[in-house]
Amino acid sequence: MDKAQKDRRERYQQMVREATPQPNRWRNAVMAFITGGAICTVGQLLYNLFEKVEPSRLETTAVTQAAMIALGAIATGLGFYDWLAERGGMGAAVPVTGFSNTVASAAMEFRREGYILGMGAKMFVIAGPVLVYGIISGFAVSLLRAVLTGSLF
Amino acid sequence: MDYLIAFLTGGAICALAQIIYDNTKLTPAHIVVGFTVAGALLGGLGLYQRFAEFAGAGAIIPVSGFGNSIVMGMLSEVERLGWEGLFTGAFENTGLGVTAAIIFGSLMAVLFRPKG
Amino acid sequence: MSKRLGLQTIVFQQAPRIASCSTIAGPKEGEGNFGSYIDKLVDDPMMGQLTPEKAERMMLYLACQDALAKAALTEDDVHFFVGGDLLNQIISSSYCARDLGIPFLGIYGACSSIVEGLGLGSLIVDGDYADSVLVATSSHYQASERQFRYPVELNIQHRKSNQWTVTGAAAAVLSKSGTGPKITAATFGRVLDYGIKSPNDMGAAMAPAAADTLCRHFADTGKTPGDYDLILTGDLAAVGQKLFVQLVKEAGYTLGSKHMDVGASMYKPTQQVGAGGSGCACSAIGILGYVVKEMLQGNLRRVLAMATGALFSPVSTQQGDSIAGIAHAVVIEA
Repeated sequence: MDKAQKDRRERYQQMVREATPQPNRWRNAVMAFITGGAICTVGQLLYNLFEKVEPSRLETTAVTQAAMIALGAIATGLGFYDWLAERGGMGAAVPVTGFSNTVASAAMEFRREGYILGMGAKMFVIAGPVLVYGIISGFAVSLLRAVLTGSLF
Repeated sequence: MDYLIAFLTGGAICALAQIIYDNTKLTPAHIVVGFTVAGALLGGLGLYQRFAEFAGAGAIIPVSGFGNSIVMGMLSEVERLGWEGLFTGAFENTGLGVTAAIIFGSLMAVLFRPKG
Repeated sequence: MSKRLGLQTIVFQQAPRIASCSTIAGPKEGEGNFGSYIDKLVDDPMMGQLTPEKAERMMLYLACQDALAKAALTEDDVHFFVGGDLLNQIISSSYCARDLGIPFLGIYGACSSIVEGLGLGSLIVDGDYADSVLVATSSHYQASERQFRYPVELNIQHRKSNQWTVTGAAAAVLSKSGTGPKITAATFGRVLDYGIKSPNDMGAAMAPAAADTLCRHFADTGKTPGDYDLILTGDLAAVGQKLFVQLVKEAGYTLGSKHMDVGASMYKPTQQVGAGGSGCACSAIGILGYVVKEMLQGNLRRVLAMATGALFSPVSTQQGDSIAGIAHAVVIEA
């Protein structure tokens, strides 16, 4: 690429930046805050319920997360989560219900290509990276901690 | 009171994610992975647990809480088994949620079609 | 006399006629600004089919059948079918051609397919290689989403520059004789790449190609915007058309109210579709629905119809390649 071409590209990209409408940042942030906050409040309600029957904090946490995941999947099936995310943005994507939505939406979408090669193979097409990088980073930090505390062996 | 704290802390995490989304070209997938990793790393340092004690569901419902759960499982298994725990622990606490996602996700795919 | 004018423009001496055309679209398009120009509106964008791919194919087939019926032709009277769509390996057009049984020339120009098809079809008819050619194209929101982007139920908040793929199809029969608007010239465009990498900015990726083709057309033919009643672009949408007008102005042409972008005008602001419509059916409905109908009513006489395409695939963008753009133009005269 010669210099003139490069300059033209850069100039055009500046034009694009100017022409692209800016997101409604304040409104989006407030909507994300309310949506995410509301989902966490539902989570707190479930947590308080499960706390009475579960023996430990870890288990209460796990059951609460799982219950929210189930709710997220159901909301996806009913077509509600897509609607919620268009308004709530990352407020719908960041809670574990959003993780569940990525699994359920992919399962629903790719079932058309069959249960094995479609739904089965592509269910984690978007949720996969969360597990992969959650585990890799968790593994690294746990290994470090285990080495430092000498609890490996 | 715990409901209000959950609302405020959970909302704040989501609003932070939204601010990142609106000011970068990152996809939601990138941001969600970032928050999971951040939760796992803070969990490894023991910080996320302290935050969760204060924030309750506001800390455990965002995916960062999910990342933290992965680390908590690994650390408790390491204590119980030694190095093998690094390999068995990831799903100690999160297995419930991951399995729920698979079961309910599949069920929804059988019952419903995407509406668009 | 040479049939070619300048570098990129072809003049059709026999000026093939658009003998008939047919458009079909879903409910969202029906509620939009072009609703009254679409021949057949369906309530169910899935057409009662199990998959959006099958629904798109069916719309395309129905549009083709309807166009043939209006021209009072059977499949055997039509010598070639030129078609293209957005789906991988252009399956909508291929399977439609299978059902029609007309010799098939599959094309891919992304959303510019309709004008590429009209241009090539006119070449065939003008060259006396066929009496009639069928040109058709289609697109479908759900089918495009799953191929180019994400599952439709995924938690994505669309950005303002995002475009909404039009669900629909359009077909036209080009014939040597008869009434109907004439296609008098075509300008085939170059592929231009200004380094836009985000698939959220498709209008921006296509605008330079549209401006280039338009300026080439003016240079080749010696015409100016004043020679046309309307200069139509396909699916640049809100962001792209702003850039297009700017680029054309820099090249010395002022379009003013002569320019209309189908993508930017397709939906109403209340329909919440970001920057506007896109897809093969978007430009096709604009040209074969709006322009042709307005011409038949005598409201338009000379139109420069352009359609733009964003040339990329999910693989190329994930590998970091930028999105190239293309634009073709045809001159339609009443």
